[in-house]
Amino acid sequence: MITMKIYDVVIIGGGPAGLAAAFEAKKYGAKEVLIIERNEELGGILQQCIHNGFGIHQFREELTGPEYAERFINKVKKANIECMLNTMVLGINKDKVITIISKNEGYISIKGKAIILSMGCRERTREALMIPGTRPSGIFTAGTAQRFINIEGYMVGKKVFILGSGDIGLIMARRLTLEGAEVVGVAEILPYSCGLNRNIEQCLKDFDIPLLLQHTVIEVKGRERLEGVVVVEVDDKKKPLYKTKEFYKCDTLLLSVGLIPENELSIQVGVEIDGRTKGPIVNESMETSVDGVFACGNVVHVHDLVDYVTDEGRLAGKGAIRYLNNLFNKANKGDYITTECGKGVKYIIPQRLRMEHLNEWVMLHLRTDKNYDDVEIQIVIQGDIIKTIKKSKLSPSEMIRLRIPSDLIVNREIDNIKVEINERS
Amino acid sequence: MEDIIIVCTSCPLGCKISIEKCDSGYKVIGNNCRRGEVYVIEELTNPKRIVTSTVKINKSSISRLPVRTDKPISKEKIFDCINEINKVEICAPVNIEDIIISNILGTNANLVASRSMKKTVRD
Repeated sequence: MITMKIYDVVIIGGGPAGLAAAFEAKKYGAKEVLIIERNEELGGILQQCIHNGFGIHQFREELTGPEYAERFINKVKKANIECMLNTMVLGINKDKVITIISKNEGYISIKGKAIILSMGCRERTREALMIPGTRPSGIFTAGTAQRFINIEGYMVGKKVFILGSGDIGLIMARRLTLEGAEVVGVAEILPYSCGLNRNIEQCLKDFDIPLLLQHTVIEVKGRERLEGVVVVEVDDKKKPLYKTKEFYKCDTLLLSVGLIPENELSIQVGVEIDGRTKGPIVNESMETSVDGVFACGNVVHVHDLVDYVTDEGRLAGKGAIRYLNNLFNKANKGDYITTECGKGVKYIIPQRLRMEHLNEWVMLHLRTDKNYDDVEIQIVIQGDIIKTIKKSKLSPSEMIRLRIPSDLIVNREIDNIKVEINERS
Repeated sequence: MEDIIIVCTSCPLGCKISIEKCDSGYKVIGNNCRRGEVYVIEELTNPKRIVTSTVKINKSSISRLPVRTDKPISKEKIFDCINEINKVEICAPVNIEDIIISNILGTNANLVASRSMKKTVRD
């Protein structure tokens, strides 16, 4: 019988989160580290994000996606971290045995003493939105179109309508224009765009592409190939105002309507999922509710900047090492305080904090439920406001990072810490 | 000359900055920092962008090589720049930062490879 190979840390997914986690785990003492990646190369979605703007926080320069990826891939290679490419994880069981399949290895099982989940996201599709109409060719998710154009070298269409103003949609509006297509419009159901300011300026305004706020697509037309879409204005409750119906002739529809963390494996291994983020509930060390199973990057919550994904990966890598060194006291496993979403806060990562494992400070990541002007972010413990941060602008499209000094929370008999958004007093 | 509103993209704050030409230069209102002032003046007088695209590459495992200009180039030259990029066809191997077109359109910017690609035989 062949013995099963045992690794100290197994990382599932070789995108930016997984690369950072693997490097950090190796750096802090793990001997056998393995990255499992289903694509033919490492780097994840960065490889198709050929535009610049990555790395402002990590490197103080603006890199393209592939440049950012290559820096971390080189680190991982130099550290002699083992990588299995073209390899799919089929399942993980409670004993941390991972079943994988690949052309080279066939169908095998391996074991990770610690596992780091970094599978990222997948895109929401037309089916998820239930857009009525025919089923012609020419309807793509924005990321799929991006892969076709930037990696495989296929153009997706000539006259394009984009639904959703998330960053990928905005980036694709510019990319398609540069490649000779005409982008007839970008519709956003909300009264504001979900993309970064710079992308609205440099991807839409630079090329005079109209952004239709509070608009959506209600019907798709065409038999073989898409012939056009029916667009309407919506009211504040997102209800279509049918009188405003307008037909846009186009042969291609791109959907940039959100990402869903890819957590089938997480659920299989028994990880608790947060209904708000659709990702695992994690603690201050990025450990999930299952001992020794960590998670980082877009599988936990959707990030807007890869720089922060890298930070989160590092945290998970370090956490895995602390777990392997038996620094996590099992007896106190249930002892944690929760981070609570107060008024105006959509979610907070991490959801749980274990006092004895906090460093000098803890970083809370959160998003607001809508746009705010001139407000205060308040951190509240048992009715006491312990910290107030003034903000002139808050937007759901930009993740907020709050660095909380640990001495504000440790040694206090509390069970939660609340963050809320209030009018400036 | 009436004032123009420009959204600053130097940082996520996205200040709406108004800029107006005056005798001593430009009158800039609404910026929260010095970078905002620099940004709007350049944006008004000579807006520049980094251009990114891909070129066809042979003998590699994927068929497009991502490329970028190593400096921002004048916004009005973006489409001419893309036309030049589309004429290029190269063969692997390529190293990151290899120059694909030097001094593209006389802009002083080089078009460089945005990643390394090994030579492979496709099956």
